[in-house]
Amino acid sequence: MRGVCTRSGSLSAADFYASAIYFSQRWNETNSDFPNWVWIPCSRLGAISEDEGYLVLEKVKLQTERNDSNLEELNNCDSSANDELTDEATLVDVHSHYAHLYDLHIAYSFTYKVPVLYFRGYKSDGCHLSLDEIKEELPSHSVEILQKSKWTFMTQEEHPYLNTPWYTLHPCGTGDWMKLLLSSTSYGENISLIQYLPAWLSVIGQTVGLRVPLELYSRS
Amino acid sequence: MEEEATKYIWEGAIPLQIKLHESEITSFPPPPPLMILGLRIGYLPLLVPPLKAHFSSTLPPGTDNVWFDYKGLPLKWYIPTGVLFDLLCAEPERPWNLTVHFRGSPGDVLTPCEGEESVKWSYINSLKEAAYVINGNCKNVMNMSQADQYDLWQSLLKGNMEGYLKISSRLKLGPFGEDSLPSEASETVASSRPSRIPVRLYVRSVGEEIVDIEDAPIIDSWDKISYINRPFEIYKEEGGYVSLKQALKSLLPETFNTNSSQEESSTNVKDPNAPDFEDDNAKLRLVRVQGIEPDMDIPFFWLANCLRNPEFYLHICVFISKQPKLR
Repeated sequence: MRGVCTRSGSLSAADFYASAIYFSQRWNETNSDFPNWVWIPCSRLGAISEDEGYLVLEKVKLQTERNDSNLEELNNCDSSANDELTDEATLVDVHSHYAHLYDLHIAYSFTYKVPVLYFRGYKSDGCHLSLDEIKEELPSHSVEILQKSKWTFMTQEEHPYLNTPWYTLHPCGTGDWMKLLLSSTSYGENISLIQYLPAWLSVIGQTVGLRVPLELYSRS
Repeated sequence: MEEEATKYIWEGAIPLQIKLHESEITSFPPPPPLMILGLRIGYLPLLVPPLKAHFSSTLPPGTDNVWFDYKGLPLKWYIPTGVLFDLLCAEPERPWNLTVHFRGSPGDVLTPCEGEESVKWSYINSLKEAAYVINGNCKNVMNMSQADQYDLWQSLLKGNMEGYLKISSRLKLGPFGEDSLPSEASETVASSRPSRIPVRLYVRSVGEEIVDIEDAPIIDSWDKISYINRPFEIYKEEGGYVSLKQALKSLLPETFNTNSSQEESSTNVKDPNAPDFEDDNAKLRLVRVQGIEPDMDIPFFWLANCLRNPEFYLHICVFISKQPKLR
């Protein structure tokens, strides 16, 4: 496996593929709480690519303030169910606060030579979440950035492989912060390819509220 | 030669005949379609002001949510008008008959367009991306002053080539290929960097049995078109020049090569004297750039410098036919 280009914080398409396969295997092995990442090969004009494609994580719950407060309400419900004075209204509220689910895709940008996140959120009835509804769920620092940079941080773009609109985080700055991240002492001298995606996701995940399990960072 | 080419591109326009969708006509007799020129380098939503003026008296009440279709296919508004025409009209239609809608944009298929602002930002992002491909960073675009950004966009809107070039030339984004020419001044690091050209390919597959490309069936879904947004890369030391044909085959390896041996950061430029790709899976039927069908042996760098769009992307429409496997 070739190493990552730490001078630019980027990686080649072949390395992205290798990193993605390894990452998804590790995630699927260590993480029973979450759905599995699946590699979808790119199918173009009838030919299925050997090494071009994208990673998919479907129907995942993100760590949002809304979901955290649901958890509190659920806990309150459980304890109050034992009381004789159960509040019916609280039970009804919990049902309407069904957690939103998200599909996350990780594709490779041939221009910027970095991974790019594409995501969509769904309500309980399967309808897509609008940008305003997603904003309600994003971590607050992301909302701040979104307010300052409406057109250059997170926008709706066409998915590179599916002909549908998805929300995406613009990748033009990724190489720069990956360079900083990978050069930090915790990664040591020889950056292994297998550490690229977990490192990348540790930052990107925070933007959308995806919790990345610690086991993914182990060197073994 | 290149100045003439640039002028040709800026002056290129598609005669359009745009009718309002029948569900949105509330007056009798129905309004006639609007005949208007769409700049090749422009974008359809930029035509909304004259369209709105023409159709406003007949529109039903409600907020505008403008989108276009060609024979039922919703049109992607961020693709330049000229590219849409070259791609979707196998047989060039003059005028090009389009339908405009002011209500009910299909949000599951089309990314939303909030008018001129959306188009401007999509354009700036493409320019940024092209700058990244060419220079390895987009600082020059990010550091443009507000005034320059404004003037650049206004120049594009109005088809003002001189105004545009005055600002874009300061971005130092071309010509393609010169940065990898060896010179005394250049460092060894710079000369070992590959040259990258921003390219956007739009590929459609046409049946082998269709003899004349102009008889190709109408596209009814974007799933029938492959969009490839990938820089073309080459190390100048690999010698000779790269032809358009060679460049396309390197950008579409699985489509053409039976053995997809890909060296991902440089192209496998074949010896121009070698036999002509007999083992390919697919055949190039037609290639259109800015409405022209270039000679397949044209040097790719030269083509890119002459026929690129103002945001520095070279948009290429490719029609291919799959070959039956010979075994």
